[in-house]
Amino acid sequence: MSNFMSIFGLWLSVFFTFSIFSFLYKDNPFYKLAEQIFVGLSAAYWLVYLFYSIMLPNLFTKLVHDFRGNIILLIPAALGIMMLLRIFPKTQWVSRFPIAIMIGTSAGINMVRYTKSDLLSQISATMINPFASSSPSIVMGNILLIIGTICGVYYFYFSKKQEGISAVPSKLGIWFLMISFGASFGYTVMARISLLIGRLEFLLKDWLHIIN
Amino acid sequence: MKAICLTILIGFLFVLPLMAATDFYIQDVPWDEGKALNLLWDTDADSVLIQKADSAGVWQPIFLGNSTPSSYTDRDLVPNKTYRYRFTSIPMAVDSSFVTAEARPLEQWFYLHKLSYLLILLIISIAIVFYIQTARRGKDYFIRRISGLDSMEEAVGRATEKGKPILFVPGIGDLDDIQTIASLTILSHLAQKSAEYDTELIVPCRFSMVLSAAREVVREAYLKVGKPDAYKEDRIFYLTDDQFGYVAGIDGIMVREQPAANFFLGSFYAESLILAETGYNTGAIQTSGTAQASQLPFFVVSCDYTLIGEELFAASAYLSRDPQQLGSLKGHDFGKVLVIILIILGVITEMIGWHWFKIFFEGVQS
Repeated sequence: MSNFMSIFGLWLSVFFTFSIFSFLYKDNPFYKLAEQIFVGLSAAYWLVYLFYSIMLPNLFTKLVHDFRGNIILLIPAALGIMMLLRIFPKTQWVSRFPIAIMIGTSAGINMVRYTKSDLLSQISATMINPFASSSPSIVMGNILLIIGTICGVYYFYFSKKQEGISAVPSKLGIWFLMISFGASFGYTVMARISLLIGRLEFLLKDWLHIIN
Repeated sequence: MKAICLTILIGFLFVLPLMAATDFYIQDVPWDEGKALNLLWDTDADSVLIQKADSAGVWQPIFLGNSTPSSYTDRDLVPNKTYRYRFTSIPMAVDSSFVTAEARPLEQWFYLHKLSYLLILLIISIAIVFYIQTARRGKDYFIRRISGLDSMEEAVGRATEKGKPILFVPGIGDLDDIQTIASLTILSHLAQKSAEYDTELIVPCRFSMVLSAAREVVREAYLKVGKPDAYKEDRIFYLTDDQFGYVAGIDGIMVREQPAANFFLGSFYAESLILAETGYNTGAIQTSGTAQASQLPFFVVSCDYTLIGEELFAASAYLSRDPQQLGSLKGHDFGKVLVIILIILGVITEMIGWHWFKIFFEGVQS
């Protein structure tokens, strides 16, 4: 029985792989079927997963085993219930409170986090002596790094009309950004090819046994 | 207040006359979160070995190297826990010789190495408050053109002309992602436009919190323009939490409903090109925006307009022209000028050998 199920599962995977690939030609019933099953199945899966991996261990189990020690958990539980009150039209307004708390705390936490990770890290990483190395290529790289960072930041300066001399660093900034996007594009496409290789490997190895 | 925890020297075991004179002591790293100890020594030996007792009391080597500089910082410790260290000079004299000491790292109320962090946050925050206040008093701030946002009117107009819907994707981030919040502020303006033109707006969501917020935002927008009856709650819907399931669902919507304008604004990852390419094939006018640097190239090549990073966050002020939001944006711009000045100063001080300036900012990372 288990052997039948594994073979059935394999053929099912192959069917859905081809159904998804068929979208490359055009939208068709096979793609529609695969899409609807994928969306429906994943929605159900995540509902069960979130209940068993978050709600149960982090809320229900803790409250049942040690209610007094975990009484603070009633706050997120109450916020969750307030969200559920959206179901009834008359109580929909209650859900605005948890949404406001979520947005406010997210903005506050992220402000502190990004100031450290994005702003200060970037500033200190750019504070370099460009002529510290004897290698001309490293010196050139350091100079480009400093100019690129400054011009890149200046491109996002919105309070001044960018014309005349003040447009120069901005234009340089967008050039630096576009060149970095080009490099990033090539790098990521290479990584995505590995996903395709993974699917082809499944078809040729696990299904057709053409390759070892 | 300088709190120093420490202890010096528990004992010498074998001290031989030929042995190099050795002094070993430990200091708590001052003004920190209590996770580091400074181990200091004074010895004539060439090399030193430092060991730390593990939970079973077994000595584990943590440093073996040159005796100069005569200090080593042991990091990632647990605050208020006592640690034992054993110091050995190498080469040793005739017999083995070591010094042991123990110490307890203490947490202070102020982390001095994060002072630059505090100062920058304070300066930028004060600037933002100042500019908001001046904007409230009536000062008109200029904001330069952002073509990606100017396209919004064009996209809505085109959808209205064709009698087709507008698709808005708020990204795959949850509501705790600042990009999703920025995306929802743009959705508010877009919903107002679509309500004014009686154009259908489709908003598929990945997370329940985003769904609730998006519905609130769109409903408010329809109310604002006096068309609450035109609001259709079922067009703002949940698809699935799964990343690629969500993308497959949106692809299906794009090829079947054929929206005339697609907006991909928010946090995107590997699905960015799948979405943008499908939208491109349907012939829709596409506007995208994200702060995910790795995904921007895909949007740039496959969308008509792209909001790059900070432009996404400036969108709300740009679209609303609300004096308060413009003041806030002006404060952000002040922060950018400050960053440029600090970088230039940092480069100059590094060139003339004043490394303290860079260390002051680097301290935050440690």
